[in-house]
Amino acid sequence: MPLRMHRRVGALLLGAFLHVVAAAQGVAEAAPLAVTEVAPGVYMHAGLVEDWLPSNAGDIANLGFVIGSRCVAVIDTGGTPQLGQRWRAAIERTTRLPICFVIDTHAHPDHVLGNAAFAGPDTRFVASAKFNAALAARERYFLNSLARDFGVSVAHGAVVYPTLAVEGTRELDLGDRVLVLKAWPTAHTDNDLTVYDRRTRTLFASDLLFTQHIPVVDGNLRGWLAVMQDLAAIDATRVIPGHGPISNDWPAALKPQQEYLETLRRETRAAIKAGKTLPQAVDSVGMAAASDWQLTDRFHRRNVTAAFAELEWED
Amino acid sequence: MNHDIDRRKLMVTGTALVTATLWGTPRSAVAEIKSGENPEASAIWQKVRASLFENRPIANAGDDMLALDAPSRAEDAAVVPIAMRARLPHTAASHVAKLYLVIDSNPSPISAIFSFTPQSGRADIETRVRVDEYSFVRAIAETNDGRLLMRTRFVKASGGCSAPPGKDPQAALAALGKIRLRVDGDVVLHKPTLVQLMISHPNDSGMVMDQLTRQFTPRRFVRTVNVFYAGQPVLTADLDFSISENPNLRFYFVPDAPGRLTAEVVDSHQAAWKSSLDVTPTAA
Repeated sequence: MPLRMHRRVGALLLGAFLHVVAAAQGVAEAAPLAVTEVAPGVYMHAGLVEDWLPSNAGDIANLGFVIGSRCVAVIDTGGTPQLGQRWRAAIERTTRLPICFVIDTHAHPDHVLGNAAFAGPDTRFVASAKFNAALAARERYFLNSLARDFGVSVAHGAVVYPTLAVEGTRELDLGDRVLVLKAWPTAHTDNDLTVYDRRTRTLFASDLLFTQHIPVVDGNLRGWLAVMQDLAAIDATRVIPGHGPISNDWPAALKPQQEYLETLRRETRAAIKAGKTLPQAVDSVGMAAASDWQLTDRFHRRNVTAAFAELEWED
Repeated sequence: MNHDIDRRKLMVTGTALVTATLWGTPRSAVAEIKSGENPEASAIWQKVRASLFENRPIANAGDDMLALDAPSRAEDAAVVPIAMRARLPHTAASHVAKLYLVIDSNPSPISAIFSFTPQSGRADIETRVRVDEYSFVRAIAETNDGRLLMRTRFVKASGGCSAPPGKDPQAALAALGKIRLRVDGDVVLHKPTLVQLMISHPNDSGMVMDQLTRQFTPRRFVRTVNVFYAGQPVLTADLDFSISENPNLRFYFVPDAPGRLTAEVVDSHQAAWKSSLDVTPTAA
């Protein structure tokens, strides 16, 4: 009895101690992220349709995992190392199978800064062949943002880089389940990768598809519009975008994004032709088309800037 | 617990080599700047100030003397539109002879020095820059009699100097040095006329990793632009890799007769390009 008492007190003390440590580090509760099974063995966590900010703990990207008979593949890891831990906790609560692959869909902070939570000798990190260069070029700025805005300090050596590079397509076998990974020409970014589960015809489009959340051009507008034509040909019954609600209506789910990006291209070309300057174009192009989306204030002007710089050299 | 520590060790050794080259240059504490308070306290500015202007007094200018247009938050850190517009009279006797553009937090803070002549009509320039980190952006005007005026803005942006050019590098190389020169609006005798000069050039900052070789793309950028009208200089620009890919300049000149507008561009590899445009002004 006394022994048991001691243990209990000890556990309580340890719990209190960990709590204090977590609070001191500004770490949110390590509660597992919410997960939905969208098809047999296919799970997603729906990120908030918000900007990457401390107020939402960086929890803004849709994340996924797929379970085979042998092991699990994780698709994106979340916007901070702490979020990655909560994501891992959610996965480990769902399955006891080991995580054999972590797939990084592109080098943006909200999708990959949780990588560290999954690092281990039996887990391979997979990404587009262009991913590492893109992350290496931006890593310093991502870590500065984490430190400045989130109060999270990460040593530069602690960022995990993929070691398995995808050029074209590549299949990953999870045991009785094959995922098809495809690296795309420059679109949303220059290192976009999609993941397709053949068994359930589920496509993780990542940021090649935005729903509700305004699309963000960080690669090439014309390239993205071209890539969307190929995406539309994929035989999918459900598609999980990088941001916004899942869709069961493919390729119709591409339509709003296509209309927005086509309007952006058309009106930016018209502004350039009319001799407008970049700031003038930013104040006028695509306002009506952008108003249907969320986070327009944050990203629409940026999209016009990117479109203008890309299109002004067109002949 | 021990398991966690081992894993962290593994990660560190596994990735240190990949990123070691990136971290050769120590970053200053400027990267930590959160908000634009106390621009005079910027250590980099104090160095830049000493090197450019020594101990000469610099007056803080109002909008009636010098405007600096810059977004408080950059939409795209690699393409931040900036305008510096002197509002003082521009005559042969009294005019702004130089506009300096300083971006404190950039790897090379002195981003551009523009020189004007009476034939410029206005000391007024629009361009686009890269902003590497949250930074003070400064416009300093120097009059022909040596007075200095400054406007400062704080711009929130990040990563502008390492953003990879969006285009195909081979296509960019093929278009290297292509120039588009045009005048905007009506060209009227003796009135300031707006010119747009576009230069196709990646303006490589030397901070972007090549995706195939894993080496940093060599630094190569447009260094000087000289613009003449009818043989007389109207603009000289000494530029740095803070200027965005495909440098874009908008500025003025005063045509006092029909003549040829010529832009001469030289980059840091001493490659030179030239473009001309015949201008026929109408009477006022």
